[in-house]
Amino acid sequence: MMEKPKVPLWRNPTVRARFYQFAMLAGLIALAINVYQNTLENLAKRGIGSGFGFLANEAGFRIGEISTLPVFKGGFLWFLAALFFGLVASKALANWLKQKHEKIGDKDRWILAIIALTVVIPLLVLYLGRDTVETVQYTESSSYTMALMTGFANTIKVTIIGCILSTFLGLFVALGRLSPNWLISKLCKWYVEVNRNLPVLMQLFFWYFIVIQQLPNVRQSVNIGDWLFLNKRGLYLPSFIPQESALAFCIAVAVALFSLVFIWRRSKRVLETTGEPGKVLIPSLAVLIGLPGLVWLVGGTPFALEMPVLKGFNFRGGTGLTPEFTALVIGLTVYVSAFNAEIIRSGIQSVSKGQREAARALGLKERHVMRLVILPQAMRVIMPPMTSEYLAIAKSSSLAVGVGYPELVSIGGTILNQSGQSVEIVGIWMAVYLSISLLISAGMNWYNARIKLVER
Amino acid sequence: MSFQVIEDRHPPVTKTGVLGWIRSNLLFPWYNFVLTLVSSWIIWSIGKPFIQWAVIDAYFGTKSEVCSTTSGACWAFIRDMWPVFMVGVYPEDLRWRPLIGLVIVLALVALTCIKQFRSTRWLRFLWLLSPVAVFLSIGGSETLGIEVVSTDYWGGLMLTLVLSAVAMIFAFPLSVLLALGRTSNLPVIRATCVAWIELIRGVPLITILFMASVVLPLFLPAGTELDKVLRAMVGITMFFSAYLAENIRGGLQGLEAGQYEAADALGMSYWQKTLLIILPQALRIVIPPMVNNFIGILKDTSLVGIVGLVDLLQIAFATTSSPEWFGLLEEAYVFIAFWYWVLCYSLSRYSQHLENKMDTGR
Repeated sequence: MMEKPKVPLWRNPTVRARFYQFAMLAGLIALAINVYQNTLENLAKRGIGSGFGFLANEAGFRIGEISTLPVFKGGFLWFLAALFFGLVASKALANWLKQKHEKIGDKDRWILAIIALTVVIPLLVLYLGRDTVETVQYTESSSYTMALMTGFANTIKVTIIGCILSTFLGLFVALGRLSPNWLISKLCKWYVEVNRNLPVLMQLFFWYFIVIQQLPNVRQSVNIGDWLFLNKRGLYLPSFIPQESALAFCIAVAVALFSLVFIWRRSKRVLETTGEPGKVLIPSLAVLIGLPGLVWLVGGTPFALEMPVLKGFNFRGGTGLTPEFTALVIGLTVYVSAFNAEIIRSGIQSVSKGQREAARALGLKERHVMRLVILPQAMRVIMPPMTSEYLAIAKSSSLAVGVGYPELVSIGGTILNQSGQSVEIVGIWMAVYLSISLLISAGMNWYNARIKLVER
Repeated sequence: MSFQVIEDRHPPVTKTGVLGWIRSNLLFPWYNFVLTLVSSWIIWSIGKPFIQWAVIDAYFGTKSEVCSTTSGACWAFIRDMWPVFMVGVYPEDLRWRPLIGLVIVLALVALTCIKQFRSTRWLRFLWLLSPVAVFLSIGGSETLGIEVVSTDYWGGLMLTLVLSAVAMIFAFPLSVLLALGRTSNLPVIRATCVAWIELIRGVPLITILFMASVVLPLFLPAGTELDKVLRAMVGITMFFSAYLAENIRGGLQGLEAGQYEAADALGMSYWQKTLLIILPQALRIVIPPMVNNFIGILKDTSLVGIVGLVDLLQIAFATTSSPEWFGLLEEAYVFIAFWYWVLCYSLSRYSQHLENKMDTGR
């Protein structure tokens, strides 16, 4: 038997690995303790308390843009319970189908079951228990917590609107760049080059301090068909006031949208079996108009339209978008749309020419070439970087602090100045943005895994 | 029957040359014509007022009194104030010192452009020395007898460039370590690096800047004073180390496994393998994305205005609030936009050039 060569302890890879990790851990812990003690000492010296108790204090400052926040009472738990039950049941169903070597997407009735479990039943519970959701609005005497919640709602609002608008604008610019028309392709190219090479904060300041400040006064508002009014104080739009049948109407619209999935799937099935595409347009329109229309006829007008009217020194009624909000949304949309346009363009160009030629050779119509061959492949390239852009919008919305739009960071900043609780406020900011980021990237990972090319 | 040669005919004049180009690129089919009209209208409605304001109605003289009367741009403002845009409130009689710093960097760039010098040892040494030289020329030093200019006086384009350069210089080694840590197989080290990278990439730069400017002083032993510029530098460096680390990790993972295996087979230690085999190849691949990252730094330094520094963007507001040049924000904006755009655009062209060069090199 051969004798094992003796390895000195300090050359043993396992021992070394353990030692390094132990040293690192010890160093980190020592650093943490040191920072903790320094912070306590510094806070004591400055007479600042620690902990989150201050959040219950009265805020006392005005917020320029207040969203209505929902407050959930006990009954709301039923909705959450229904949702949770629906999700668990769907998962169980998926597992059961997997054992039978089937997929949820295989049959309409499984999809129907999933939608019923996760959407219809929870919505029904919510509708039955709608008294349990109350709404509150921030006032000056509300707590810091309320102020932060209002800021958070504004952050979410800007993020969602910015994501949607920048995607569409980016799509248009990308198509423009790919257009055979020389002029429009150059125009779109320079739109991209100018916007992505200027700092986003600078662009926000440009819209806020230069463009919006040059708009006319309230009395000389730019009037677009008595519907839209644009002036220094912002953009005024008609608003929809929900009536009694509003919730039922919204549910009808949601159901109609879901039924489109079935119409499309049926059309695809017909296409696969007969070669002729099944009817899509007429049934879709029938469902989209018919179902909400029925609710409208039975329950009366779901939304009342309220026009902005100039009264005295300002507009009354309608929805007023503050100049800060307008500048922020325009600035973020324009900036991010330049990046989105490049992502979409390179995604479409990444699909090799042969794919398009092969699809044409098979006799597919031009729109089918795009929808069935090019887009599904381009989406795979487009989605991951688009996700980072959506995350960037969520994060860049924090630049609102520069133009004074009251979102999470600018309200947090005000509280920080008032109370001096810097560690807590920065902690809250980071926790909130980190959760948003993790949520968006989790959602996108799930989507990417679904559309991933299945190899071998 | 004899074979007759038919003379070559020229293609119709409407299919070739300028006419053909215009026909197929601008006019036909009909929707192309509509698009041409629409885009011409867009260019006209943006370009005409701008040219009218910036050139035709503009005032190019030097008298500040004219500014309140002219309807176009008043370029007297830029003619008078451009040094302030460059260096902020840096003492007027010492403005030659940032210039020396600039000359040092430009001279090194010029030397690097010459092929014979590019990979010489002394040039690398000079590059390593250059940050110190630039820092001494701008900030001064008491021990060397160069008059000290406190960072409170740093501003303008100079501050923007210094912040980005410092962030890049310090974030780079940090990010190499983070990337190595993230790909390491020691769980504690990997977890620490992943946590750092994901935490920082998940939050906006502005919260990190706030942290560096209000929370960081609390973390340090009582009595430690950090000036504002230094705090911003710490924040930006932390922020970009995470993004750079992700790029470098891409380079590390882009290498063939064979490179790692061959180094192991030669009996190299971890650090020999990393420093001699892996990093030289991995870093080469990631130069173009790193240039893009630097463009990001350059643009994002504009956020330091929110924590109270006067960089190129804030200079526009600082100068236009003085009584002499009150409200000339548009002119200031055109000027700073020009600088940001030229810097970022040329860097992005450079990065594309590098990428093309690498593609053909393989």
